[in-house]
Amino acid sequence: MSELRAILFRFMRAATSAVLAAVARVVTGVRPLWVGALPSDRQRIYFANHASHGDFILLSACLPPRERARTRAVAGADYWGKTRLRRFIAEDMLSSVLVERTSAERKQDPLAVMLQVLDEGDSLIIFPEGTRNMTDAPLLPFKSGIYNLATQRPHVELIPCWIENMSRVLPKGEFLPVPLLCRVVFGAPIAPEPDEERHAFLARAHEELLKLDPRPESRPASRRHS
Amino acid sequence: MTGLSLPVLLAPFAVLALASTVAGVLSWRAGAEPGPTLVNLTQRINAWWVMVTLLSIAILFGKNGVILLFAFISFAALREFVTLTYTRRSDHWVLLGMFGIVLPFQYWLVWTEWYGLFTIFIPVYCFLIMPALTALHGDTERFLERIAAQQWAIMIAIYCVSHVPFLLFLDIPGFEGREVLLIVFLIVTVQGSDVLQYIFGKLFGKHRVSPNVSPSKTWEGLIGGLVSASLLGAALSVITPFTPLQAGAVAFMICALGFLGGLVASAIKRDQGVKDWGHLIEGHGGMLDRADSLVFATPIFFHIVRYLWTV
Repeated sequence: MSELRAILFRFMRAATSAVLAAVARVVTGVRPLWVGALPSDRQRIYFANHASHGDFILLSACLPPRERARTRAVAGADYWGKTRLRRFIAEDMLSSVLVERTSAERKQDPLAVMLQVLDEGDSLIIFPEGTRNMTDAPLLPFKSGIYNLATQRPHVELIPCWIENMSRVLPKGEFLPVPLLCRVVFGAPIAPEPDEERHAFLARAHEELLKLDPRPESRPASRRHS
Repeated sequence: MTGLSLPVLLAPFAVLALASTVAGVLSWRAGAEPGPTLVNLTQRINAWWVMVTLLSIAILFGKNGVILLFAFISFAALREFVTLTYTRRSDHWVLLGMFGIVLPFQYWLVWTEWYGLFTIFIPVYCFLIMPALTALHGDTERFLERIAAQQWAIMIAIYCVSHVPFLLFLDIPGFEGREVLLIVFLIVTVQGSDVLQYIFGKLFGKHRVSPNVSPSKTWEGLIGGLVSASLLGAALSVITPFTPLQAGAVAFMICALGFLGGLVASAIKRDQGVKDWGHLIEGHGGMLDRADSLVFATPIFFHIVRYLWTV
């Protein structure tokens, strides 16, 4: 019985992933721009800017199907674990990795959870800003997670990915997407230097991700005063 | 469709086969490293294969096929236009309405041949209702710019393009069953004029028409393209209700309008700081990069034929 259940879940998971990728393509005509890295089956951590629930669907739609099947997004347990339905969507259908963001009353260590996923051979999608960016700033400061992951699992490539326009397609609080063209720009892998400390590396990773924005002049904050 | 002779459907494929052969020979002679112009040319010809095939399939499926094809073209064009303009979170529902209500409703009006509402639905009713909705929402930041861009988006991408399938419903005495050939005439002359202007411009281009807007548009290219496209139009009079002279004059007018459409599209792209509208078609940029001339030419072509040739 439980075996049947597992097969059913695996099938539903694969179907969800394929359907979401197809929907993302139809709505956004998404095109990946591999400027610094090429698609490969190497184990990777993709880190991206975050302003919409659609972000990780768009990013995974850009990956080759085999790679997509083993790439899991890191999501906040306080949001996605709140109700049974959300947990079902996040964990069972989207194979997300739920981590507890707030350090108070934490039962599990987020770093340990992510390291375990990497050790099982899967790739990760991570949004180092820690939450969806609702400000006019193009990118919020990074949390430490990617530094810890990169230093503890140096064989995993850390790839910056700039997601363009998705926050306009599906803004926070809306559930119907407006069809707009989106692109995902994949940059060159980045790794901490031997003597690079945490803040310096996070600032550099932040800088590298911002540099990938193909149309920096179209950001709302900078355009308003032009 | 009745009255559609096989040669008309096959001729574009023959032209493309010739173009592909020439490009293939050039690429073979260039060896392992063909130049960027040749790569671009090959991409353009390949994209033409796709476009001509899609149009032929749509025509084989009759009126519904043609309406669906141009509804899809409107969708792609609208998506490109809105992507480039300034929008705010408070525009979300108006934008959804443009894709989810305005676009299907306008093509439903085509399908039901409701000409009266078809001509005023977007320029009158959407023109008034959409800004009202935006004002009700209360976000006045860059208000005029936002509502103007929204209106332009639906006029260009939906209203103008939707005139192409409505050509099928014109009643021209003695031309019954062959209305689809008007679409073939329109597309072949206007798109042909684009290609011919490009070729004449590459060969003889010296004096720029509007250097601030588009460095690639020259007087030599424009005149050479317009004259040759008019001759092409005159030669195509056999598939139209026009005499050769009329066909040449109509072709001249719609190709001149097509040129202006390309110029306006270039000005918008320059204003927004981009080279192409989008990335839909490899080697062609976006849908609007191909359709900009058609957008300006179609409503006028429609009116000329409707006022002078229908009963």
